Order: sequence, then C-alpha cells, then structure tokens
Amino acid sequence: MVVDVRNVAVKYKAGDFRNIGLKEFLTQKITGKYNARDFWAVNDVSFQLEKGDFLGIIGTNGAGKTTLLKAISGVIKPASGIVETYGQISALLALGTGFDEDMTVRENIYLRGAFLGYTEKFMNEKYTEIIEFSELQEFEHYMLRQLSSGMKSRMAFSIASLIQPDILILDEVLAVGDGAFRQKSEAKMMEIIRNGTTTLLVSHSISQVRKLCNKVLWLDHGRQMNFGSTKTVCDAYEEFLNQKRRD
Amino acid sequence: MSKEKNNSIQSFAQKKFLLKQLIRRDFKSRYKRTALGVLWSMFSPLCFFAAQAIVFTKLLGRGEHYTAYLIIGNIIFHYFSDATTNEMFALQANGGIISKIKVDKKIFLFSRAVSCLIHFLLTAVVMFAVVAFDHVTFHWNFLLLIFPLSCMFFMNMGIGYILSALFVFFKDTQYLYSIFTRILVYFSAIFYYTDRFPENLQKLFYCNPVYCYIDYFRSIIIENTVPSLFVHILCAVFPIIFMLIGNLVYKLNDSKFAYYF
Repeated sequence: MVVDVRNVAVKYKAGDFRNIGLKEFLTQKITGKYNARDFWAVNDVSFQLEKGDFLGIIGTNGAGKTTLLKAISGVIKPASGIVETYGQISALLALGTGFDEDMTVRENIYLRGAFLGYTEKFMNEKYTEIIEFSELQEFEHYMLRQLSSGMKSRMAFSIASLIQPDILILDEVLAVGDGAFRQKSEAKMMEIIRNGTTTLLVSHSISQVRKLCNKVLWLDHGRQMNFGSTKTVCDAYEEFLNQKRRD
Repeated sequence: MSKEKNNSIQSFAQKKFLLKQLIRRDFKSRYKRTALGVLWSMFSPLCFFAAQAIVFTKLLGRGEHYTAYLIIGNIIFHYFSDATTNEMFALQANGGIISKIKVDKKIFLFSRAVSCLIHFLLTAVVMFAVVAFDHVTFHWNFLLLIFPLSCMFFMNMGIGYILSALFVFFKDTQYLYSIFTRILVYFSAIFYYTDRFPENLQKLFYCNPVYCYIDYFRSIIIENTVPSLFVHILCAVFPIIFMLIGNLVYKLNDSKFAYYF
C-alpha cells in the first residue's frame, strides 16, 4: 500500500477573520459579531491506493477536494483520522504562486528547489536542465515580477517535475503554459505517471478522469459519496449531476 | 535501519541548503543588493545615538566614557528590536509557501534570526569603532560577550515565535509591538544611569531582559568587570523562558496557521 487514508476529517475556518486585528477581534467578540466558525471541509474519508494506481477525485465546487490533497501532502493536519503515505511525495498545487517577486529567476529556482527538499548538489546538476526545459534562458537574471504568469508556471512546472516521485499530487493540472509547452509538459507528466508513480488528480472533467484513472473518489460537501472503480463511480456521479440539473 | 540513517543525512543536507537559500534571500531583501544598503540599514540606530549624544552628554553624561555608554545601549537595543520585529513577519511573509508545501515553519524564523545576527555583527563594528574613539582600551574579556550575545539570539527567537504567531492571527500586532518597543527604550537605561534611582528600584531594571544584556556589555567593555553570577543566571534564564513559551505557542497553533494563508 502506498497511500492509506482512514476516517480522515479536516476542520476549516470560514468567515471574515483573516485580516482583523486584536482591536476588531475584541470588539467583535464583545458585540457578538465575530463570525469565524469551524466547519468540516473533509469529513470521514477513507481509501487506499496501491503502487501505480491513478486516483481521480471528483465533486462539485467546495466538495473538499483540494483540502483533502493538502491533508495528504502534509500541508495541513487532519483533525482526526490517519493519513499514511509511503515514499516521496511531489505535489503540484497552484503552481505559479509562492515565489518571491523581488528575486531573480535563478534565485527563485534555487529557493523553490530547496523548499521541495532537493539538495544543493542536485540543484547544481539540474539547473541548466530546468532553465532549458522552461525555455527561460534569456530571463535567468530578470526579477520575477518582470515575468508573465505563464512563464512563472512554466518555471514552477520544470522544477517540480524534475524528480520521479512515489506519489504525485495534481490539482487540476496535467499541463501548463500554451501551445508547444502544453504538449511538452503533458508528455513529461505522462512519463512520470507511466514510470509507476501513484497519482492523485483533482479534476472537473469527467472524460479526462474516465480516460486516465483506474480508481475514483467522489466527494460532496466534504463527505465521501463513493470510492471504487472508474466506471461505477463516474456513472453514479453523472447520474447525480443529471438529477441535480432536472431539479 | 541503514535506510533510515541515509534519510536523516539527506534531510540534514536538505535543511542546510534551504537555510542557506533563505538567509541569502533575507539578506538581499534587507540590503537591496547594494553596499550602500548596508550603511542605510545602520542609519536608524546611529541617528538615535547621535541625537542622544548631542542632547544628553551635557545633561546626563559624566564625562567618563558616556559616548561608549550611549552607543552600546543603542546598538544592543537595536539588535533586540530589529531581530524581534523581523522575526514577527517570518510566518506571514512565507504564507504562500506554507499553504502549499510541507515545510518546517521554524526554519523561516531561524533564517531571519541568523540574518539579523549577521546584521548585528556588522553594526557591532561601528559600535566598537565608537568605543575605541572614546578611548576605551580593548582587552581579552571582550570574548566573554559571546555569552550575552548567544543568550540574546535565543531570547529574540523565542519572542519571535510568539510574535510571528500573533501576527498571523492579529494584524495589529505590528502596531502594538512597535509601541511596546518604543516604550521599552525608556526602561532600558539607554541614555541615563540607573544609580540615580533608589537601590531597591535599581534592582527592578533587571526584570527587563534587554537591560540585563546592555548592562553585561557595558560592564565588560567600559568597566572591564565581569558581571556577577546573578546577572549570568538572569541572562541565561530569559532565553529559556521565551523559547519554552514560543515552542509551546507553535505546538498549539501549528495546524491553525494554514487557515490564515
């Protein structure tokens, strides 16, 4: 077993609490207007994946798909339940973000590599490969804020796809960039997947899930509706969507 | 077994690399990549020192090394406020990464602590230049200053843990803390001598950790006297207390930070 998720529940906070100060917090508490409340973004989800499995995670907006991926990649801790993963995880979540705009392309590549757990030796060896794959040779010493968002995601993809992970986590991305780069990145991604990685993909495209996945997890409002073989779960989900449309 | 060993060695190499990259980034953003930037960042403590030297030398000074007394107070206090303020932003500034990649959050704080220490060492060069200008003789006891400096490093980091967590939750922490540090200046005996107070009040100054460290630096540099055992214990107790609280704050809130980014 490579991924073992047992009765996982993730609590999340909703409401306008992010940009308040102590002053607002206290006045809101006193007047009873403080509206941050906990809710279960993921509630009692269980599934297991073997080596080489390709899991599709489907569900409407706000079903808890991305939150579940974050819990599996270890970014957030589940409130209860157990997530066990075996091997190196590579998560491609919201690729082009989290960079430092006031640093050069080269510095950002090194920093991101360090965040992803690569060693200095590895980065020195692979740097040329990254810059060539992302087609940013001329921009090496540019400040990041001078780059377009497409260029940033090309760069992020090239760093993240360097290694052959045991577990690959994809949030709506199989390919990035435009035209030629899109093809190139999709080919690279498929190469990683074919080499025996266990993949988890969040997708809104049922046809894509049917084409790629051998197992499917269907979430709705954080709850696990179904988990099983692609055909069974996708058929049930489409039936559910049709039902919803008719209502 | 052997596999585990391999992993931990690799993870040390990984951490070292990440730390190096982070410290480099903190440095570049502080000095804006220019030599002038280094001078620029010393501007504020030196201005305060100069103003105090002009106004207070006649009023409060005693002729005997008052310039050295002032510069030490200002530079040590600046190290405290600069490091803690910098560390306060450590989590928020890296929110984009924290919400996407699993990473030990303490490393952001540690990298800022190290780059603030390096910044302090640069300003300390100016401090010792002024001290020499004030005809203080250098001696081997100066090496003892490593002790209060390392205590300060860890105390600042402990306070940094607490502040950085608070800042994620409450954005006016920054404002409240800047008021706090500005008030703390007046309780740290930076430009006056404490012996004008009655003896029992003088002791109260040691409740202020920043005063303890300033006092340690002054007695070594100006008076060439090693402080009492009591002062040594105090210097060591503050970092322990703040590191314990800080680690507890992180432990309790670790899973909550992700909601805020």
